[in-house]
Amino acid sequence: MARTISFKEAINEALDQEMTRDKSVIVMGEDSIGGTGSPGEDDAWGGPMGVTKGLYGKHGNQIMDTPLSESAYIGAAIGAAACGMRPVAELMFVDFMGVCFDQIYNQAAKFKYMFGGKAETPVVIRTMVGAGINAAAQHSQMLTAIFTHIPGLKVVCPSNPYDAKGLLIQSIRDNDPVIFCEHKSLYGVEGEVSEESYVIPFAEANVMRDGGDVTIVAYGMMVGKAMNAAETLAKEGVECDVIDLRTLSPIDMETVLESVENTGRLVVVDEANPRCSIATDVSAHVAQQAFKSLKAQIEMVTAPHTPVPFASTLEDIYIPSNDSVAKAVRKTL
Amino acid sequence: MENNIIPILMPKWGLTMEEGQVNEWLVKEGEKISVGDEIIEVETDKITGAVEAVDAGILRRCIAESESIYPVKSLLGVLADSSVLDSDIETFIESYEIPFSGEEDAEGSGAKYLYTEVDGLRVRYTDRGSDDSVVLLVHGFGGDLDNWLFNFDALADKHRVLALDLPGHGESGKTILEPSISGLAKFVGKFLEAVDVPSANIVGHSMGGAIAMQMVTEHPESVDSLGLICSSGLGPEINNDYLQGFVDAQTRRELKPVLQQLFADESLVNRKLVDDVLKYKRLDGVDEVLRTLSAMLLSASQTKLSDKVVASRKPTLVIWGEQDRIIPVSHARNISTSAGSPVEVEIFDSAGHLVQMERANDVNRRLLEFLG
Repeated sequence: MARTISFKEAINEALDQEMTRDKSVIVMGEDSIGGTGSPGEDDAWGGPMGVTKGLYGKHGNQIMDTPLSESAYIGAAIGAAACGMRPVAELMFVDFMGVCFDQIYNQAAKFKYMFGGKAETPVVIRTMVGAGINAAAQHSQMLTAIFTHIPGLKVVCPSNPYDAKGLLIQSIRDNDPVIFCEHKSLYGVEGEVSEESYVIPFAEANVMRDGGDVTIVAYGMMVGKAMNAAETLAKEGVECDVIDLRTLSPIDMETVLESVENTGRLVVVDEANPRCSIATDVSAHVAQQAFKSLKAQIEMVTAPHTPVPFASTLEDIYIPSNDSVAKAVRKTL
Repeated sequence: MENNIIPILMPKWGLTMEEGQVNEWLVKEGEKISVGDEIIEVETDKITGAVEAVDAGILRRCIAESESIYPVKSLLGVLADSSVLDSDIETFIESYEIPFSGEEDAEGSGAKYLYTEVDGLRVRYTDRGSDDSVVLLVHGFGGDLDNWLFNFDALADKHRVLALDLPGHGESGKTILEPSISGLAKFVGKFLEAVDVPSANIVGHSMGGAIAMQMVTEHPESVDSLGLICSSGLGPEINNDYLQGFVDAQTRRELKPVLQQLFADESLVNRKLVDDVLKYKRLDGVDEVLRTLSAMLLSASQTKLSDKVVASRKPTLVIWGEQDRIIPVSHARNISTSAGSPVEVEIFDSAGHLVQMERANDVNRRLLEFLG
């Protein structure tokens, strides 16, 4: 039965259903239970945003609070995955990846390759990304490109509740390490989600809107901005294709190329800093593989090359806006 | 004078439709219109259809603009005869308000999905209209009750209309205890018991038609009459490539050409339609259900059910789309409709396998005529 729930509830439901289906699915992280951990604390916090709220009461043996040491528990999750569990570890803010990055990029990502395909690491690292809640430079970054750069990691960044549930279930069932990036500004966003379990395969971009004049490529929170810009532009007579990448690694370039071959114009929107980003990656692919189709220069809409400012007025300017996307589209015309 | 002013409203096709886009007017302002004429083409997020005139008159005003979106029950235009004053029409338009949709839907009989349990399995269904005469709509392989979105309202004007999601389909539970036409017929029989309906006119589409025919064997007392729309079980041929393609398609690119085979006009398959089917196919359990059923259908297509139907003497209406690419129209042509036969046959041109969507207005009219 499809009903309207929030992005946060969709993630909670995916975890709940997968823990019910498969007892080897375990959830671990700082405050994943979020209470004292004593029996009966069913109504504990469930993480700083309450994403895992209620899971302790239902799956007490499959969820644990960990010490405040990312290097320890992310490593433990990866080790457990190598030994047959399907852990979903929560790295509270992606900004903390620094202290556990060896475990991720030099261990988890490499096992399959270094052990001749005999080792599998079905771990999911759920992590909060992005700016917009005044959490300052160390809790607001969009570090998706760093993970995307590493072969052996899969990188997912949903834009809406329906996708969040289906992509998280797919991530849990996938046999490779998956970095599941949840934009903290999307947790309250609501949408129609089926009560039943379902998967969305990786490397399938979602064409959100068919236009034909200009292609806008985005992911995560930027999809909403692209859709808003497309609506504004439609009133000016400019019809945009809006493509939500959904997964960054593997990436569905086929859908992007197909659209650009039709429109001849590309705007890539990425909340990350501008250098070596998803925006530059998509632009390079298109420039190389669909050069003859292009009728205008490719435009990129990104954050500036600075840390995320704390002052809310500056943070607002830092994040690409509906207007900046619309402006970039107009430049290609 | 308002009695002579007939509003043309944005229709509500299916349970979830809230608004529709007007594509174009099919008649011009000032033209004379007869009952049944197609007046205006409307596109929903599911499919495109035409609004028909339910009364005769002159199209006095086209209010809706092409390519614009209007909520359900918005005033799109006005019909009236030439004696009605322009000023009265203006007054009517100015005072028109969209009725509050909650009113008629607030009661249980309204336009919403209902759920019950049959054999421990959740079953989604809809129940509309009220009359002693009950019509039960049974969809086909891979479909759901929304395959009837253009039909249940029209039929519910005169009958009580039930439509269900078969096991493994739509939002019903995703297992099939007995994956055979006979098992499904028993299940539908139990569903009728669950909703306390002793007998109904069973209208089945495709595999749903075979289920309807099988019900004559399983529960003869529960079948008042049969409506068989592009039904399986009337002949041996069935499009294997379609069944296999539907089961195997994992992406939009793969699924779209498969779904296009369902229609005479392939442009009716829009992104939303493909997305909805893909979303269904990705639910846990669906893949297994579809594989089991398609294998069953291919072996069952050898069995001809029509002899039993004729022998049962139940009034039967067979409807087919001339361009059906899933089950050939020859199955309808081969049916004997000689004098004294309880079977009537109606074949519609410019329609494929989903004839009840593509020629909805004509199919509704023919069904109503048959049901009496």
